[in-house]
Amino acid sequence: MLRVLRHTSIALATAAIALPVAALRIELPAENARLERAPGSDLATAQCSACHSFDYISTQPPGKPIAFWKAEVEKMKKVYGAPIPDDQIDPIAQYLTRAYGDGK
Amino acid sequence: MRSAGALGAGLALGAPALRALAAETYTLPIANGQRPLVRYPQKRPMIVVTSRPPQLETPWEVFNDGVVTPNDAFFVRYHLAGIPTNIDLDSYRITVKGKVASPLSLSVAALRQMDAVEYHAVNQCSGNSRGFFEPRVAGGQLGNGAMGNAKWRGVPLKAVLAKAGIQQGALQVKFDGLDVPVTTGTPDFVKALDVDHAMDGEVILAYAMNDTDLPMLNGYPVRLVVPGWYGTYWVKHLTEITVLDGVLNDYWMATAYRIPDNACACVPPGTAPAKAVPINRFNVRSFVTSVRDGDTIRAGMPITLRGIAFDGGYGIRDVAVSTDGGRTWTSAALGRELGKYSFREWQTTATLAAGTHEIRVRTINSIGQSQPAEALWNPAGYMRNVVETIRVRAA
Repeated sequence: MLRVLRHTSIALATAAIALPVAALRIELPAENARLERAPGSDLATAQCSACHSFDYISTQPPGKPIAFWKAEVEKMKKVYGAPIPDDQIDPIAQYLTRAYGDGK
Repeated sequence: MRSAGALGAGLALGAPALRALAAETYTLPIANGQRPLVRYPQKRPMIVVTSRPPQLETPWEVFNDGVVTPNDAFFVRYHLAGIPTNIDLDSYRITVKGKVASPLSLSVAALRQMDAVEYHAVNQCSGNSRGFFEPRVAGGQLGNGAMGNAKWRGVPLKAVLAKAGIQQGALQVKFDGLDVPVTTGTPDFVKALDVDHAMDGEVILAYAMNDTDLPMLNGYPVRLVVPGWYGTYWVKHLTEITVLDGVLNDYWMATAYRIPDNACACVPPGTAPAKAVPINRFNVRSFVTSVRDGDTIRAGMPITLRGIAFDGGYGIRDVAVSTDGGRTWTSAALGRELGKYSFREWQTTATLAAGTHEIRVRTINSIGQSQPAEALWNPAGYMRNVVETIRVRAA
């Protein structure tokens, strides 16, 4: 789950000189966050998960209205290039508002 | 920010934990502020804001341990999910191109052979403390822990650009690193500085952080360090430096990371600015670290209050502390100066009668900049620097 591997191909000239490592490899922890199960969650899972983990959604301020969530979905499409079909923007925004917003 | 120390058995995210990675949670004092504490590679358990791309916040208690933030506790902020996890120094190169006389391709070894400089500097996320904005705004919901102070060692960008030879007509220098978008429509994360800033001798290509290699998640093997300026310019895993004869107008300069074009970088809550400019230099901030909001302290006994202050590099003139909600203020003693871009420790003593008290800390820098009594607001949640208030009970 967590590993840092360092290799060095550089021979130490003297023990006193700390030479930089020649490579570094890490493994990131697994993601744990999942979206709340509700109508629309499959659609949101499919459309949002390519670019970010779901904690980006679940940590947003609570109680926000659908205008907040729709603006976010539209930003993901227009600004970040998420390939979300136009007819899926409203269903995703409605799901996010029900699950994480003011529910209306 | 207050650690609940609450040991949630799973995550409060609606699903059973798939793996026993995050046994603990950390609660920020904001609505929906519960976060998992997770140990990432080369890191101690950090507050996870988002796991992909990684955004990790420093647990608040670290800032009371000393004015230098350890590498394993230093905050992490990526924008794009395509982050490097495996870097081989034999093939890693930093290219210098564009409006230069002699394009360069520098290995890290070559960089290390150039004359180096070293200084302490704070890095702070533009959106540090965004979670405290009212009304709340979208974005990474951070407490106060997206900041840190480290000793950076590296080569002045000025020397690298001089080696390549900047040509006439150059206006900006742009910086790109190894992090990449995961969909074709997402703009790559590329930032730019004006040529004069790039050539100021203080901006460095840093290959060491607190006397050792940078952690991978902080930009190994080389990141740009832009002292006094927000972290958005501190490009990690730096691989391309391009001298431009124009102004970079990509998403990350022209749309994101913009602040209202006025002295306070603020607008009335809920409104949009008429004109905006790229975010730039830090404003003044200060914090109490030795006690936290909600603490109970001994009444009638002298207690030491301690904390940190910093600004955009003009230097701290005075740190004033109030224990009566801002009615009276006392200058604190300042700790050793580690440089104008560093955290500066402050300390004072107070004796509080039984009851509740509001402790405030307010800093002024050498050019007269200070902190507002009431929080300022902007749509992106940047640059929060209100005078902090800690409520304690003396008993």
